[in-house]
Amino acid sequence: MTIELLNREALKPAVQEHIPRPAATEAQLQLLSWAAPVAILLAWEVASRAGLIAPQVLPAPSSVAGTAWRLTVSGDLFKHLGASLLRAAIGFAIGGAIGFALGVLVGFSRVAEASLDRSIQMIRAIPFLALLPLVIVWFGVDESGKIFLVSLAVLFPIYINTVLGIRQVDPKLLELGRVTGLSRMKTIRKIILPGAMPSILTGVRYALATAWLALVVAETVATTSGIGFLAMDAREFLQTDVIVLAILIYAVIGISADGLARFLERKLLAWHPNYAKEGRK
Amino acid sequence: MTTDTAVIVRNLRRSYGERVVIDGLDLTIRKGEFVALLGESGCGKTTLLRALAGLDPVNGGQIDGPKQPAVVFQEHRLLPWASLWENVTLGVDTAQGRKQAEAALGEVGLAGREEDWPRNLSGGQAQRVALARALVREPQLMLLDEPFAALDALTRIKMHVLIRELVARHRPGVLLVTHDVDEAIAIADRILVMRNGGIAASYLTADIAPPKLRETLLQELGVESDSRAA
Ligand SMILES: Nc1ncnc2c1ncn2[C@@H]1O[C@H](COP(=O)(O)OP(=O)(O)O)[C@@H](O)[C@H]1O
Ligand SMILES: [Mg+2]
Repeated sequence: MTIELLNREALKPAVQEHIPRPAATEAQLQLLSWAAPVAILLAWEVASRAGLIAPQVLPAPSSVAGTAWRLTVSGDLFKHLGASLLRAAIGFAIGGAIGFALGVLVGFSRVAEASLDRSIQMIRAIPFLALLPLVIVWFGVDESGKIFLVSLAVLFPIYINTVLGIRQVDPKLLELGRVTGLSRMKTIRKIILPGAMPSILTGVRYALATAWLALVVAETVATTSGIGFLAMDAREFLQTDVIVLAILIYAVIGISADGLARFLERKLLAWHPNYAKEGRK
Repeated sequence: MTTDTAVIVRNLRRSYGERVVIDGLDLTIRKGEFVALLGESGCGKTTLLRALAGLDPVNGGQIDGPKQPAVVFQEHRLLPWASLWENVTLGVDTAQGRKQAEAALGEVGLAGREEDWPRNLSGGQAQRVALARALVREPQLMLLDEPFAALDALTRIKMHVLIRELVARHRPGVLLVTHDVDEAIAIADRILVMRNGGIAASYLTADIAPPKLRETLLQELGVESDSRAA
């Protein structure tokens, strides 16, 4: 009896540890994760109103919000945002198409690899932003130079990941293509491209990030439209509220681009255990 | 080649550089006949099967058979990005592809799973889809390279029953490579032993009592009959 009692005592702490503590719910944690940013924003607002931060250095959040509203109502915001997004889209389409086409060519053909890959890798070694002065000389300060820079930024990540993806396709599945009598075109469509897709989409994600960086830099060169113009124009008049707003918009574009990439991955890689949310189509 | 033969192989020769793996091999398989091929590891079973599948070139001899036999590998080799029905009909260009896939999946006990992804299948189920993919082509010759080797013992026995049924219904000529003597005895009509680049022995399972056949085959393979082959 005594022994049993002793044993029970000894067990007690261990048992207690297994009693589930009232855990924070998912929603509460979500709420908590926003606490710090909101607190910082509030502190910033208070400091600005109290005159601790000069508006020329950093405007109050409320002032930035007011500017955003003013520019939205006047239509300027959408005009400039539209101009920036159009540049990004055209540059992405051109650079992406060239990068993908070169990637497919080099991925499939050893001859193409031998003749093209070294040159492409050499050009890639140049930080594309270092080309900016040369781009201005070639294209002047109009749209084509900006689009060129974005295209260049997009081309390499798409190229490299397309080649990689094609090379990584499981040779056993290619062999299956042979025993099931697939034509060359069908092998590409049903086995090689889907097999390369995870890698290609990784390339798209990188490309979106670099395209957007290229856009920011390209838009600091004399322009008459775009988010970059908004910021550079505001700089002349020390309108820090507009500058901060432009920076925020760039941030939002960046987040949206990443969201777009994630969306594509979920759609196109639904079969992939790492991306799928649910089992069935 | 008569109409009821699935494949005839004459004087086949295959070498990797200096190393001759298949040397003067002869083999005939009739339609509907289930032939199992046993042999030590590395004796050239896979090499023979790949030659019959047209996957590898040969160095001599003739293969008189279908250009596109159906092949089932040790791994299921399902395309992870294609639904089960698309996997089953891969390379089959007919308007009724979906219907055929439904029927074939039904035959292997996976009715209603047409839209599912391969990753939701167990090893045995995946290999059944691979069987459906082979059968939907109504092949004259079906080549299987240790298709059940990776499955657990219980699943393997169920697969033996299933494949016998399927072969009895579709009647392709079958060449099944295996290293499992009991598997060969359980499902084959004829058992071949491969050695020194050729077919060294041939047994009809109907002619010999299973225990006796098992002992004989183990001896052929150089294994003492009282120790079970791995
Ligand atoms: N690609 C290859 N290159 C060189 N030798 C090979 C190749 N494939 C197989 N071999 C050799 O051929 C022999 C037969 O191989 P394989 O047909 O795979 O044997 P099994 O399937 O009977 O185990 C082995 O000795 C192996 O080393
Ligand atoms: Mg083998």
